[in-house]
Amino acid sequence: MLAEIDERVATLTKEAKEHAPALLSRLYRALYRIRRVEEDVARIYPTDKIKSPSHLSLGQESVSVGICEALRKSDIVFATYRSHAAYLAKGGDINRMIAELYGKEDGAARGKSGSMHLIDMSAGMMGTSAIVGSTIPLAVGYALAERMKGKDTVVVVFFGDGAMEEGVFHESLNFAALKKVPVLFVCENNTYAIHTPLHMRVPKPNFRERVEAYQIPTRLVEDGDVLTLLKETEAAVSRIRAGGGPEFFEVMTMRWLEHVGPGDDLHLNYRTKAELDSWKAKDQVKRLASMLAPTERQRVEADVESEVAAAFEFAEKSQYPADHELYEHVFHD
Amino acid sequence: MTKPTREISYADALYEAAAGEMERDPSVFVFGLGVDDPKGMYGTTKDLQVRFGADRNFDTPLSEDAMTGVAIGAALAGMRPIHVHQRFDFLLLCMNQLVNVAAKWSYTFAGAVKVPIVVRSIIGRSWGQGAQHSQALHSMFMHVPGLKVVAPTTPHDAKGCMIAAIRDNNPVIFMEHRMLYGHRGVVPEESYEVPFGKARILKEGDNITIVAISHMVVESLRAASHLESVGVHAEIIDPVSLSPLDIETIVQSVSKTGRLLVVDNAWTACGASAEIISQVIERLQGKRAVQVSRMGFAPVPCPTTKPLENLFYPNARTIAARAYDVAKGSAQNWLPEGAEAKEILEFKGPF
Repeated sequence: MLAEIDERVATLTKEAKEHAPALLSRLYRALYRIRRVEEDVARIYPTDKIKSPSHLSLGQESVSVGICEALRKSDIVFATYRSHAAYLAKGGDINRMIAELYGKEDGAARGKSGSMHLIDMSAGMMGTSAIVGSTIPLAVGYALAERMKGKDTVVVVFFGDGAMEEGVFHESLNFAALKKVPVLFVCENNTYAIHTPLHMRVPKPNFRERVEAYQIPTRLVEDGDVLTLLKETEAAVSRIRAGGGPEFFEVMTMRWLEHVGPGDDLHLNYRTKAELDSWKAKDQVKRLASMLAPTERQRVEADVESEVAAAFEFAEKSQYPADHELYEHVFHD
Repeated sequence: MTKPTREISYADALYEAAAGEMERDPSVFVFGLGVDDPKGMYGTTKDLQVRFGADRNFDTPLSEDAMTGVAIGAALAGMRPIHVHQRFDFLLLCMNQLVNVAAKWSYTFAGAVKVPIVVRSIIGRSWGQGAQHSQALHSMFMHVPGLKVVAPTTPHDAKGCMIAAIRDNNPVIFMEHRMLYGHRGVVPEESYEVPFGKARILKEGDNITIVAISHMVVESLRAASHLESVGVHAEIIDPVSLSPLDIETIVQSVSKTGRLLVVDNAWTACGASAEIISQVIERLQGKRAVQVSRMGFAPVPCPTTKPLENLFYPNARTIAARAYDVAKGSAQNWLPEGAEAKEILEFKGPF
């Protein structure tokens, strides 16, 4: 195990290497925190306290964690309806997230939007959408604006493999490449659109070739390795920040639970147990846990447990919005 | 202060509004297909690129969907984009971003974000614009909470509404009619806003209220002259903004006249005319007997051939005839003599 740590750490940048123990602890905290939030959402779900369609990130945590670790607080993230991981990894307030799922007034959107629309502007989390692909051009526009203002912000947009079939994806990439806007496009390729596999949707899943046709450099991360993701993102973000134009990551991953909701879905027979097990064997939460000293691991886990428990308690205690809120915020003053 | 007397065209008024706001506020920029072309979008964007640079006035790929998202994203970052469409019909390619995102983001995130975008939408007419270059789909946008929809008719209101739209913190669908661009009117040189939600009474009258939208305001004013010749005094109201809609001004007028004709520059089914009449009846039923009628495009796609195109649109004569029938309470078989509208007669294509 030590050999693996040495090997992985050796691939990190110099700065990361110097802070390796702290970095590993931080990554583990981020991964474990998302895992525990998702497990608790799944646990609470049958009580019907969460009246909001929730698309859990369970199993896909490392994509958001590896990428967001390489970002500044002032960098911006847009994402999708499956974005509990991205929201938490970018520093979104955990209490406001759980309260939002509960439909309470202390939620990120005062209970008006639920799991599919999470935002925390103070953390640079600029919002998520229930319409596949719809935040991709928003990220491009945001990045264009930041450059017009002379800022060196990098904008990251997460989307799934299904979004690559939307016309707006291609329109957005074409424009982003044309204007060399500072965007990192991240395709979380979990290979299923609800229950439909890639081969039923595209003649050839050559997503990177398609993107390269727009003169955008691409990277493939096949195993969800959080340290590889961090290293690749650090390099990409530094190129993008320096004015190198947009880049694209295809990150292979797998959701462990059903498309929406808290359950297992192997009984539907659209994917195999062997396929799912192969991803569970690569679980980054377990892997990072094994890289930490036991005392450090226990410290991190104890912190996270109390933080997550407090967040659910916060949501339980928060009130539902008052009736007059129905009509508020349709227009901005 | 002396009353302003300078007259400029509707197109120049739009240009002046955008240029003035770009001067005042560095977050304002103009983009869309052809906004920097040699014709400068009928003059409405003529030298903006020379004056403000290619970063603030630029052409785009033919990607209306993504470009609408780009406008929204830029607005989320604090900019005030003006997205220009040479024809209103192209907004159908932007519906997801306009309806699912722009209209909803303030509410969806409980006021944490705002989307100050202006969507300039030009309605075509005549010289064979046909089925896909002549549509006015404002009622689709009026249906959606979170969007503002304005349709100024005079050069004065074009400038004032554009300035108000740019400064508004919400998405504004800004409807322009190609046939209005050449119209001249008094426009103050200084900056001013025409507030949304305030209708204009362009002509007072006691016998019938005619509410007209966009280019139909011009035709209805001509119709009012015909009606005067037969002793019918029409009150002509231009709503200016359709969402929010100043129903109070319309209700007050109908309370006086007892008769309402709504003439839309669009189809009538589920349209602005249906909405206006419903709201008036909801307010006045049981209090005042009201005769209502409405006119709009013939319920077919717009044909290109001139004889059929002429039948497709209401005009000053047919509006006068309908208003006369409503005013008299029965069919009068009266159709005034008159020439085709000057701006339509003089318009030579191709665009």
